[in-house]
Amino acid sequence: MYLFNLTNTSLVISEGVSVGVHYYWDIFGFSVHGQVFIVIWFVVLLLIVLSLLGTSKLERIPSGSQSFAEEIIQTTSDIAKNQIGESLYRPWIPFVSTLFLFILLCNWSGALVPWKLLELPHGELAAPTNDINTTIALALLVSIFYFGGGIRKKGLGYFKRYVQPTPILLPINVLEDFTKPLSLSFRLFGNILADELTVSVLVILVPLIIPLPIMALGFFASTVQALIFSTLAAAYIAEAIE
Amino acid sequence: MDSLISSASVIAAGLSVGLAAIGPGIGQGNAAASAVEAIARQPESENSVRGTLLLSLAFMEALTIYGLVVALSVLFANPFTS
Repeated sequence: MYLFNLTNTSLVISEGVSVGVHYYWDIFGFSVHGQVFIVIWFVVLLLIVLSLLGTSKLERIPSGSQSFAEEIIQTTSDIAKNQIGESLYRPWIPFVSTLFLFILLCNWSGALVPWKLLELPHGELAAPTNDINTTIALALLVSIFYFGGGIRKKGLGYFKRYVQPTPILLPINVLEDFTKPLSLSFRLFGNILADELTVSVLVILVPLIIPLPIMALGFFASTVQALIFSTLAAAYIAEAIE
Repeated sequence: MDSLISSASVIAAGLSVGLAAIGPGIGQGNAAASAVEAIARQPESENSVRGTLLLSLAFMEALTIYGLVVALSVLFANPFTS
């Protein structure tokens, strides 16, 4: 999946800022970006630990970690409920919630964890979502899920929506299936990469205090991006299964 | 890298972000103005207006970000140089 291969031409803008420098692993003949995998495993581990903590001692009156987990699930299932609707949203809560939490923690892990303390041979550890391969994988996952949901709901009648309201719109409707994952992945990738680049460049110019408001803005923007990604995923699913 | 191609790429990268920022800038200004108006008229609806505003602002910002992606791909993954 090398749509934009940011690998062959890497460029070091200045000391400390580099784009397209990767730490390669060779796995079964594929060369993968190791720094992305390390951070993703960290995020997945964190999510597993949090969910185990939240569900280990279930009580009727929740307290501590259980009520924290319930609050999070309440928020994320509201995303699905607002888009998909009261009657159909329940089976989609796990997918939408997983997307939201995974992307949120991926975005946050770039700014909040002092990865600079870990030295890699090439490249550096950062948010996994600033690699376009991660975001395209997530966007294609959304495509697969809304196709699957639509076909499971309506069978082959799902494809009738391409010629509605008139068959003239067929090319536009087909094109939409390609632009959806494209815009989803580019939006997330561009926003996170822009955040991290701005902070890195500012840190080089003025190392103290001045980058802090930009970091806070990036922190806020990455929350909104996670929200938007999951909201749009839920909206596409709602469109397919309605 | 050919010097003509590289200079053209740098100019194109600057233009793609700069031009892509114009439209969303106007749009975000309009949206924020309307949101402020709505809050001034109905202060009790502030929370829902704020949520909708943030979501739509992020959608508009995505348009500039597409320009940024084009600029980045022109700078770091230029298809005409290899």
